[in-house]
Amino acid sequence: MSEPQARAGARAGARTGAAARGSDAAPDRIEHPFVEFLRMYVRNWAATAGFAIFSVILFSALFAPMLLARDPFEMVWMPFTPPGQDGFVLGTDNLGRDMLTAILYGARATLVVGASAATLTIVIGITIGSFAGYYRGWVDEVLMRITEFFQVLPPLLLAMVLVALFSPTLPTVAIAIGVVSWTGVARLARAEFMRIRELEFVKAARSIGSRNRRIIWRVILPNALPPLIVNAALTVGVAILFEAALSFLGLSDPNVMSWGKLIGDNRDYLLDAPWTVTIPGVAIFLTVLAISLIGDGLNDAFNPRLRER
Amino acid sequence: MTVIVHRLLNAVGLLLAVVVFNFILLSMVPGDIADTLAGESGGASAEVMAEIRRTYGLDQPFHIQLATYVGKVARGDLGMSYYFNLPVSELILGRVAPTLLLVVTALVLAILIGTLFGVIASRKPNGAFSHFVTVLALVGFSAPVFWTAFLLIVLFVAMLEIMPLSGLVDPTTPRGTLAWYLDVLHHLFLPVLSLSSIYLAAYSRLARASMMDVLGSDFIRTARAKGLGETSVTCKHALRNAVIPVITIAGLQFSHIFSGAVVVETVFTWPGLGTLAFESILRGDTPAIMGILFFSAMIVIVVNLLTDLAYRIVDPRIRSARNA
Repeated sequence: MSEPQARAGARAGARTGAAARGSDAAPDRIEHPFVEFLRMYVRNWAATAGFAIFSVILFSALFAPMLLARDPFEMVWMPFTPPGQDGFVLGTDNLGRDMLTAILYGARATLVVGASAATLTIVIGITIGSFAGYYRGWVDEVLMRITEFFQVLPPLLLAMVLVALFSPTLPTVAIAIGVVSWTGVARLARAEFMRIRELEFVKAARSIGSRNRRIIWRVILPNALPPLIVNAALTVGVAILFEAALSFLGLSDPNVMSWGKLIGDNRDYLLDAPWTVTIPGVAIFLTVLAISLIGDGLNDAFNPRLRER
Repeated sequence: MTVIVHRLLNAVGLLLAVVVFNFILLSMVPGDIADTLAGESGGASAEVMAEIRRTYGLDQPFHIQLATYVGKVARGDLGMSYYFNLPVSELILGRVAPTLLLVVTALVLAILIGTLFGVIASRKPNGAFSHFVTVLALVGFSAPVFWTAFLLIVLFVAMLEIMPLSGLVDPTTPRGTLAWYLDVLHHLFLPVLSLSSIYLAAYSRLARASMMDVLGSDFIRTARAKGLGETSVTCKHALRNAVIPVITIAGLQFSHIFSGAVVVETVFTWPGLGTLAFESILRGDTPAIMGILFFSAMIVIVVNLLTDLAYRIVDPRIRSARNA
């Protein structure tokens, strides 16, 4: 069974149950595709660990005010108190701010900007990629030239310019990251659309008179989703790294605590108080690592060729 | 041949688009040079402001200004830097060499070592080294490059004390001597290591995947059936094919590597385009920023063209196929 057929079969199975699966070697127990997917995912210990790490980070970001009701900018103790001393688990930074509080609150900015930038990236990418791949011809030509244009400009440099020209606020940062990073998603979506539009069920949809809009969003898109979802995990990771780099360079909202900003504020004291730089770095690293592990897990769980193992 | 002409025309079109985009971005910035100059000198009368705008051609209609700007860029005139009061092109040319040294060294090392790692890993797909490559790829992707750089500084500068902290070269070393070149290499080590770490990880995973793909194909079985040794099969037959995706991706990612260089240069105060871009942004030196954006796009376009040619040479199948 080829990959697209397997996917189409799995999707049809969600709606019609046993009927669509009848052609398979008649399993004795019919599994809901989602349950099957979940079983595949949980079997992958690295992916499960990634999910666990990410849950902890998300939880601490959501409940930061309840866990530690403090202003992350407030000077609470002597600057450069090493971790573990005087009751400061992660120490204090150059301005005597509590590192633990800063890390907890910093997670919020990082995750919010990462998630919204990634959403924007995916929306732009899928829209452009699907139109290019579906309509082909001059639409494809024009959209691909635009994509090429954005691939030629160094993304971080363009994002820096956009943030500096407009305002250094969280929405601007998220929009700037979205604007510079959608090209990969667009290319992937285009390739998927070009492949799927030639398949039987799309022809069937067209022959019963479905309009283009319906074919794009309701017929092709759901079948193109698995690789795009896997890519989405990577996109979130990249967006978080972008946000970290921008706030490290001081091109983000100066009134919002974030991990990159914490590193940027303390970089001059790296050699005297290395924890002020390395700890927020660990936070960024762990978050992106957890998200990449989730992405790998999704990839394996979606890939029917691996299911037999 | 027509394909190459096609690509060249496309490249010129892209460059033109970058210039127009730059100009539109410039015109969207609140305030113009008259406001800046007036602000610096503590206010100016309306007549003086109008005079300044006339000198800079800001009283012309939009399309005339755009055409003038495009014409100037075509002649290599990127305007004057507000901060240095020097031609931007001169400013950029003074900073290109360190950036190219950093980026090209990091890229070449990442491709070579990455491919080597990938080839070794592909020989035992479930061996320890193969798993190491997988983990390396994950770590390399997830670590922010400035953090990697700081960790390397803590290790090599603070603990081992064998590497310089920042800069291009020790200013006391006489310029042009052998010692000067060696000192540049010494200073280059940590920035290159930081920058290449990301791509080394990605390329080794990519090379491993494409090697395993190629090793499973028919012509490799034929080569083995002919009785060729394993080294000959890997190095002559498989490697040639496996390296193509790495080159393609490296070419496509060149703009990303340039981005990475901005961060790495800032961390190590490496006197390249990246630090110039960063400082110009902080100073609000718009002509310099736009010049750098244009110049880096130009480099990326040239590199893309070269990669295109390079894998046409490596892979004869692409030579005939249009629009690969």
